[in-house]
Amino acid sequence: MRDFLASIGYNGWILPALLLVPIVGAAALYIGGVGGRGSGSDDNLERAGDARAIALGTLTIEFLLSVGLWWSYDPAEPAWQAVVNLPWIGDWGARFHVGVDGISLVMVLLTTFIMPLAVLGSWTSVRTKLRSYYALLLVLTTGMLGVFMSLDLLLFYVMWEIMLVPMYFIIGIWGGERRIYASLKFFIYTMVGSLLMLVAILYLWVKVGNSSTFDYDTLVANASFTHRTALYLFGAFFLAFAVKVPMFPFHTWLPDAHVEAPTAGSVILAGIMLKLGTYGFLRFAIPLFPSAATTGWVRTGILVLAVIGIVYGALVAMVQPDFKKLVAYSSVSHLGFVMLGIFALTVQSVQGAIMIMISHGISTGALFLLVGMIYERRHTREIEAYGGIARVVPMFAVFLTFVSLSSIGLPGTNGFIGEFLVLLGAFRAAPILTLIATTGVIFAAAYLLWAIQRILFNSLDKPENRTITDLNRRELFIMGVLAAAILWIGIYPAPLLRRTEPAATRFVNSVTGSAATRTAAAVGASISR
Amino acid sequence: MRFDLATPSGLTAALGPEMFLVAGAMALLLWASWKPESDEHQRNVAIGSIVVTIVTAGLVIWYMAAGAVSGPGIIAVDNFRWASDLLFLLATLMAIALSMDYAKRVGLTIAEAHVLILLATSGMMLLAAARDLIIVFLGIELMSVAVYVLTGIQRRSGRAAEAALKYFLLGAFSTGFLLYGIALVYGATGATNLARIAERVTASGFSGVPMLSVGIGLLLVGFAFKVAAAPFHMWTPDVYEGAPTPYTAYMAAAVKAAAFAAFLRVWIEAFPAIQYDAPSHRALWYLAVVTMIAGNAIALAQKNIKRMLAYSSIAHAGYILVALVVGTSLGASAFLFYLVAYTLATMGAFAVVMAVAPIREEDEQVAAFGGLWRDRPWLAVAMAVFMLALLGFPIAGGMGFFAKWYVLQAALGRDQNLLAVALVLTSVLSAGYYLYVVMVMFMRPRPKDAQPVAPVPRLTGLVIGLTAGALLIFGVFPNPVLWFARQNTLPVPVPTMSQDMPGMIHGVAPGVAQPAAPPVAAIPTR
Repeated sequence: MRDFLASIGYNGWILPALLLVPIVGAAALYIGGVGGRGSGSDDNLERAGDARAIALGTLTIEFLLSVGLWWSYDPAEPAWQAVVNLPWIGDWGARFHVGVDGISLVMVLLTTFIMPLAVLGSWTSVRTKLRSYYALLLVLTTGMLGVFMSLDLLLFYVMWEIMLVPMYFIIGIWGGERRIYASLKFFIYTMVGSLLMLVAILYLWVKVGNSSTFDYDTLVANASFTHRTALYLFGAFFLAFAVKVPMFPFHTWLPDAHVEAPTAGSVILAGIMLKLGTYGFLRFAIPLFPSAATTGWVRTGILVLAVIGIVYGALVAMVQPDFKKLVAYSSVSHLGFVMLGIFALTVQSVQGAIMIMISHGISTGALFLLVGMIYERRHTREIEAYGGIARVVPMFAVFLTFVSLSSIGLPGTNGFIGEFLVLLGAFRAAPILTLIATTGVIFAAAYLLWAIQRILFNSLDKPENRTITDLNRRELFIMGVLAAAILWIGIYPAPLLRRTEPAATRFVNSVTGSAATRTAAAVGASISR
Repeated sequence: MRFDLATPSGLTAALGPEMFLVAGAMALLLWASWKPESDEHQRNVAIGSIVVTIVTAGLVIWYMAAGAVSGPGIIAVDNFRWASDLLFLLATLMAIALSMDYAKRVGLTIAEAHVLILLATSGMMLLAAARDLIIVFLGIELMSVAVYVLTGIQRRSGRAAEAALKYFLLGAFSTGFLLYGIALVYGATGATNLARIAERVTASGFSGVPMLSVGIGLLLVGFAFKVAAAPFHMWTPDVYEGAPTPYTAYMAAAVKAAAFAAFLRVWIEAFPAIQYDAPSHRALWYLAVVTMIAGNAIALAQKNIKRMLAYSSIAHAGYILVALVVGTSLGASAFLFYLVAYTLATMGAFAVVMAVAPIREEDEQVAAFGGLWRDRPWLAVAMAVFMLALLGFPIAGGMGFFAKWYVLQAALGRDQNLLAVALVLTSVLSAGYYLYVVMVMFMRPRPKDAQPVAPVPRLTGLVIGLTAGALLIFGVFPNPVLWFARQNTLPVPVPTMSQDMPGMIHGVAPGVAQPAAPPVAAIPTR
């Protein structure tokens, strides 16, 4: 496979192609729709099939294209791979510089994997302005992929901001009742964080890049500041990413945005966009300012916030009457684990964090899809409105139970690997906090199992629930694919770990730079083989 | 081409484009009053004005390409002047195009209106060229008087009459400040020529003289009024709201830009040595911060979109003031780049306002834009682009992002970190009202009492399309505009305090045009 890919020069064009294909698809949506009709509305449902098919086709091509990266990526090679480096803004030394390492690789694949499923999952739920809806989804794909592969800080920033606009419209136009409030909150929160990051990037460019380069490697290699400056700059990056993750006190936009967004929007938000924040920590905030990030009070503070997020998210999830909100809060909890893993700064915990990023994307994405599916049938997300529907919709019940178990972290599913690695790795760095974090796993079992019980198993006492139809073939297909992914990662994660391990090791070594991590690296390596 | 400004012929030749513009305007004025008022005549005169504008732009480009230079004198012959001229002429073209559609819609048949725009533009070009405070004064008067009339050109509108009177009274008042400032500076230095003032100021350490400080302060007030910087902005919302929309656009884009061009030149060329001395520099610093905060904060509360855009233009004056505070070549480049983005976005935004709300005042409410996306999707998308451009958002907002970026970069290059943070935080504030417009257009239903939006007139549509297209294209590939801004920057006599940061003043990138010959011969270190 690798030889074949090399023979078509795959690594030379794949990343720009991945960014370009969705844009072409978005343009095709409009070209396909303009014919014959005025420039008026695109509410024409008869032609809706076209828009959906084009979007789905584009994203499927995108996925198939990206799969090659899995083989073409060489874990033994420490440098960036599939690099494309073209001039962009000569005056400022900004370049179109993209490339992947192990972490980017899995994030890119996660994105291209989730996107077509998200489109397929909202096949019938969105009924107005379809062309624009799918065009925005496609643009969003480009933005997210761009963030994961940018090696130029200006390009990264531009991609980071691009994502905001489509998501703002997706929530604000096709969302639920409080969509306007939710979308504005989402936009403003994210923007406040990212604008300060913009100043920090500019500062780096002026002081470190000598006003002539935004190149990631150059900036990382030469970044040295007084401690105070480093703290300010780290703070700017921290704010941008912490809002996105979201970490505990910055999380309030998340329940609103997730709940009000249409199904595909929630899936993308939870499945991919939250990871942009943690990815930002892994790629930018910590490697650029290791001294600030490892300062005692900073690191402890972040770890404490992460653990608060774990426990708080779980506890709040437990009392939610709205199932979608429950899933939203469970994200806060899971992402707390990721932050714990990243800032514990051991190879295992970092690898675990990456694993959670992937498995949370799949499991929570699947949960949101399931919520969307049942919502389309019953038009309510109140847990109390259901009860005993396992008898009516057996396939739905099977998948909901299965996905919930994977989200809880049952051994044999994807959720287990990540949380286990994080707790294992973090225990050595911060034993007490890790102990507290462990309770999050228990709470997760509590809130999800309790919710499942109330939805699926109690007595079937509401007449409207007797007529719900079970999953159709399209939905079964989506859930089948996701379930397969859950099982594959849960049972045989080695190929994934093998690909992320060098990157995780490099990350940890570059930050701590001490011999102490070498033993950890050995342990991490032994697990992944 | 080299002009000897000491001889009348050399001076005349150096003012070629201005001469042509004024001559063309005069000829058109005769023609305009030759025939009785009619829609057709109005249209013909407008087309004539467009031709004159384009030829003038051609002349400017010709002077630019020929590399015209001059000796010392009362006007500048440099690229900064030509670049600013081109921007004014671009705004003029768009304003005339918009006013043609406007006149047709509201039944305005005054052909002279188009000529007045040309006259105002000639004042602006004079401002960009001014190297003497007297010329600055002339330029400002020439520009302002024409604009006062334009504001009130719609005689049947009470709002317009109010706006024109207000503008005229306050404008005259502020010109008084400016004139008094000029007089005091003359008293303190014995010169009105910028180079002379700089020489005397730096040579004899005049900066401590109270008369000079007061003079500079009054100059600041005069300029701050013209560029609508807080707290001298009070006239702006009323005038912008009352004036016919095409002229509001013209005021927001070109008038402000011209005042800024003169401001920048006076500030950089006449007072290079005291720029970083207290208190005048501090005053400008605070002016920038206050303007950014006040403009953005008050804009949040506006219901009328023209008023909102007026406050937004005040906020943008604040951002441009940041480039001015920096006072380097990089700052001047940032200023030019910002002006390109700002002119395009402002013109486009007002063009959309004109398309949506041609006559009725109620339609100017932001709420009246509700559901625009359903009725006229492209109009709504274009408006979203303009709003995001003014917000400074990348890609979707086109080059608005790079404009802010450029200013930020100039500020950080001069270690103005606090100013940079203030700019960024006030930008966040501005998201509140720019996004509000976007939200209303895309996420609210059409208000019940709203009239259906009439088809967009052709020229207005052209302006909207071109500005939005240019913003988006330059938002991905800003290189041509960057080149334009870098090439035409104002050479700055390097102030003495720049030694603590070598390489940063002109440090935009390798290959930045270094100031060839500073207009001030030599600045002795004090």
